Amino acid sequence: MEQTQDGGNLSGVHHIILVLSGKGGVGKSTISTEIALALRHAGKKVGILDVDLCGPSIPRMLNAQSKDVHQCDSGWVPVYVDQEKSISLMSIGFLLEKPDDAVVWRGPKKNALIKQFVSDVAWGDLDFLIIDTPPGTSDEHISTVDALRPFNPMGALLVTTPQAVSVGDVRRELTFCKKTGLRVIGIVENMSGYVCPHCTECTNIFSKGGGEELARLSGVPFLGCVPLDPLLSQSLEQGKDLMQEFPNSAAYPAISSITRQILDMASPQS
Amino acid sequence: MADIPENAPQHCPGTGSTEAGKSSACQGCPNQSICASAATSAPDPAIEEIKEKMSLVKHKILVLSGKGGVGKSTFSAHLAHGLAQDEGKEVALLDVDICGPSIPRMMGLEGEQVHQSGSGWSPVYVEDNLAVMSVGFLLSSPDDAVIWRGPKKNGMIKQFLRDVDWGEVDYLIVDTPPGTSDEHLSVVQYLSAAGIDGAVIVTTPQEVSLQDVRKEINFCRKVKLPIIGVVENMSGFICPKCENESQIFPPTTGGAEKMCTDLNVSLLGKVPLDPNIGKSCDTGKSFFTEIPDSPATLSYRIIIQRIQDYCEKKK
Repeated sequence: MEQTQDGGNLSGVHHIILVLSGKGGVGKSTISTEIALALRHAGKKVGILDVDLCGPSIPRMLNAQSKDVHQCDSGWVPVYVDQEKSISLMSIGFLLEKPDDAVVWRGPKKNALIKQFVSDVAWGDLDFLIIDTPPGTSDEHISTVDALRPFNPMGALLVTTPQAVSVGDVRRELTFCKKTGLRVIGIVENMSGYVCPHCTECTNIFSKGGGEELARLSGVPFLGCVPLDPLLSQSLEQGKDLMQEFPNSAAYPAISSITRQILDMASPQS
Repeated sequence: MADIPENAPQHCPGTGSTEAGKSSACQGCPNQSICASAATSAPDPAIEEIKEKMSLVKHKILVLSGKGGVGKSTFSAHLAHGLAQDEGKEVALLDVDICGPSIPRMMGLEGEQVHQSGSGWSPVYVEDNLAVMSVGFLLSSPDDAVIWRGPKKNGMIKQFLRDVDWGEVDYLIVDTPPGTSDEHLSVVQYLSAAGIDGAVIVTTPQEVSLQDVRKEINFCRKVKLPIIGVVENMSGFICPKCENESQIFPPTTGGAEKMCTDLNVSLLGKVPLDPNIGKSCDTGKSFFTEIPDSPATLSYRIIIQRIQDYCEKKK
């Protein structure tokens, strides 16, 4: 693993961001995808590494599920979403023969693949590498953080939904970050509030304010609330770019504001 | 293939493999002689002990989903509440989500501790006939993270199944984390001799969720776990103000209904989104008593009845 001390395939990557959450289904992959798309709009080159091995969602969300990974001299060539090669992807979804194949693996096998994903993908030059993770604080997370430590990641973005049940799991994830020495970029509250398309009444289906409260209590930045938006789920189901297809979506301003804060944090570093 | 120790040399064939102790990678490994003696390939003795323990448990139901946050714990908690409304039935709820245990909060048991007795760990009781066990009861603070790799999680699950003093139980419901990995393999393996009635699979209507759930169905088929059926959660939202329905998570590929026909599994029912469900989970109350007339509660009742019928028929 340590054959190339000078960075190897990650040497051209400026900022590494991990997207974490203790809870499943809160929108880690959604936020990863939307932030990647927003960073592209800001003219950045972005890579997404999906280390959710049992439930990879990123290929579908970027409409790349039928593509293949190829080999080159320096390793695996990631899948490019567009002609300009501004977003590149790597996910176990590209390595499965049939899309419905279950990856029934215990920890050690998952860890081996994650190490390969970190060291063997030829990303080339990237402004940002976003790492989308499965829920929890177990094998995938320990291995990813361990493998990335030499590359000094910019930090972790924690995603939660507003309910107490979800915030409780994200508190544990904060402890994980503290214990592993990973900086927390901030907390994003997803699915906060839903505007009825018939009467424009806003209902807090999963309550409200849990993420902000947690950020305040634990002293980490709060980056914003992303509302529940059927347009957002629709654009992800079809693998479309929210900003191009649905510019008046309610989720759009929230995501661009989060992205701007990330860009601000990244600029003094480089 | 699945049992390579953390500290094994590279290319370790796995302690249960026929090559264990014999392959070239085993040269120099301190455990080579243990592996070569085939002691490790014998089935775990715990499986028999668990069978013994589980002989007092009539029905065992697993709640699974490939995807996170679709409502496994909400469903498990309320399946338990629903079954326990019949006072003649003893119900047990086991939470094997080691890294993100939600059951204690949903059952209103946060801060409770497990007690040790002569016959093992005593579960925490919500009602006289509803017992709960979760890793959450073993943590000292709600901030405590369980940062464990697979083998440690498996050990915990083994203890939960073998060492908890459930007593005589009609239904044991096992709530799982998302995915198809350590926790799921372990539960199925440890309960293999005792026998599992079947799995209930929870999903939401979008394709992003269904694609993970198809993997879970394939997992069940691989490990020969019978599927009781699929529950579609968060299907449609009825605005509390104008009472019109809208689809927050649109079923762009036909939802669970189409997936069930395609894969030949039964659809147990659809549960609409209701903000009161989330609220009652956060406060640890049962929505059977909080919101008895909500359409979501009614559809839960039908689903629970179907699961009961399935289990009765199996006996």
